[in-house]
Amino acid sequence: MSFIRDDGTWKVKTGHARMLKGGVIMDVVNAEQAKIAEEAGAVAVMALERVPADIRVQGGVARMSDPDMIKGIQAAVTIPVMAKCRIGHFAEAQVLQALEIDFIDESEVLTPADEANHVNKWDYKVPFVCGATVLEEALRRIAEGAAMIRTKGEAGTGNVVEAVRHARSVLGEIRKLQATPFEELMSCAKVMGAPYELVKYVHENGKLPVVNFAAGGIATPADASLMMQLGLDGVFVGSGIFKSGNPAVRAKAIVEAVSQFDKPEVIARVSAGLGEAMVGINISDIPANEKMANRGW
Amino acid sequence: MKPYIGVLALQGGVSEHVDMLKAVGCDTVEVRRPEDLNGIAGLVMPGGESTALIKLLVRWNLVAPIRTLAGTGIPIWGTCAGSILLSSEISEREHRVDQPSLELAPVRADRNSFGRQVASFQEDLIIKGLEEPFPGVFIRAPLLFPLSNSSEILSSVSEGVVFVKCGNIWLSSFHPELTDDTRVHAMFIRDAVIGS
Repeated sequence: MSFIRDDGTWKVKTGHARMLKGGVIMDVVNAEQAKIAEEAGAVAVMALERVPADIRVQGGVARMSDPDMIKGIQAAVTIPVMAKCRIGHFAEAQVLQALEIDFIDESEVLTPADEANHVNKWDYKVPFVCGATVLEEALRRIAEGAAMIRTKGEAGTGNVVEAVRHARSVLGEIRKLQATPFEELMSCAKVMGAPYELVKYVHENGKLPVVNFAAGGIATPADASLMMQLGLDGVFVGSGIFKSGNPAVRAKAIVEAVSQFDKPEVIARVSAGLGEAMVGINISDIPANEKMANRGW
Repeated sequence: MKPYIGVLALQGGVSEHVDMLKAVGCDTVEVRRPEDLNGIAGLVMPGGESTALIKLLVRWNLVAPIRTLAGTGIPIWGTCAGSILLSSEISEREHRVDQPSLELAPVRADRNSFGRQVASFQEDLIIKGLEEPFPGVFIRAPLLFPLSNSSEILSSVSEGVVFVKCGNIWLSSFHPELTDDTRVHAMFIRDAVIGS
């Protein structure tokens, strides 16, 4: 006797994201970096052409990565391989699914392809992660089919302040919705521009229906600990590792910090002797039109 | 007295197992340090990334204490990555791997055996000891190849074994903790923890 097999379901998409909890997902630009990340204990790698810090410096249009580079990384590691598509660029998303990428990041770090619409993520077997700065943005992405949410932060700065702002905003608004009387939920949904069913879910459960990771500007074990203690489920580290003085050691330290995030004596131990952190950028030094977090809505 | 069950909490689907164990009447402790294992009547090793988890088990000095615990007959159940960590041999669908494990069950776990995430699936399972089919959730799941005749196979899909019992060590390549069906958790507590 055998039963029907269903793939690409909401359960296996959001379930995959759940299995990444308490883990660190690292940006890598080639197979060697991917191996360093896996060896350090990353739960997944994000394959991309240039880390955000370089995209920021070099400018130009940032696009989906070269399929050959993605295949090289898939051949190099056994952990999940994620890749980014431009916001709204559903053809790039289709290509990434054809490459059997494990997770697609519809990312503001790349140059947006559509200023009004995001990808309809229900069309794909591959799960998507999307960035959000506030709760209503997170709920809109989930309504479009995102199986995982992350803060946008301000990628490529080594400055955690924006990720903290987004985390506090999303988590604070969740607490507020929980305390909101039931009869006000429809009005909240109207004001927020978010689907009523998801507003109701957050009110009833006090959390998003998908996991919520930290991303953007995380550069040290203490940054990772901070984001975990704020209540996020795991951490993306972009430029923070491979733009630092000793990537292998720093990567391992951040993994260890996330696994024991609430124990300061552990964070103190793993933070020692890491070499140079990436050089940071103050958010006020970035012109408004160059802020990546403002891309998408 | 409620059974007191540890859930390895270094990375992965921890809270889902904690919620299920509480739903079947257990007290739980999240295990991050060797001292967290004190007094537990059973241990659950959740899904996550097995390569990351084995490094963290070594780093936080949990390998020897968990092996000792298994030796004293305490039941241990690994789901997905947890089952890989408990297996004596590890292989992988596409890659040659040399991955250490706790080596507590005579099983070869073949990682990502069905393929990448696009091949993750749901399928109802016939499980020995359960009357009705159980909703199987398989995410980049391994297949389990028992290496000893004394292992008891509890469930299979067309490709091979997905649930096996090796004495006090239980391995499932699927995720009962991602469903709202508590029967497998109840079976582990009833047969392995209380029954032993």
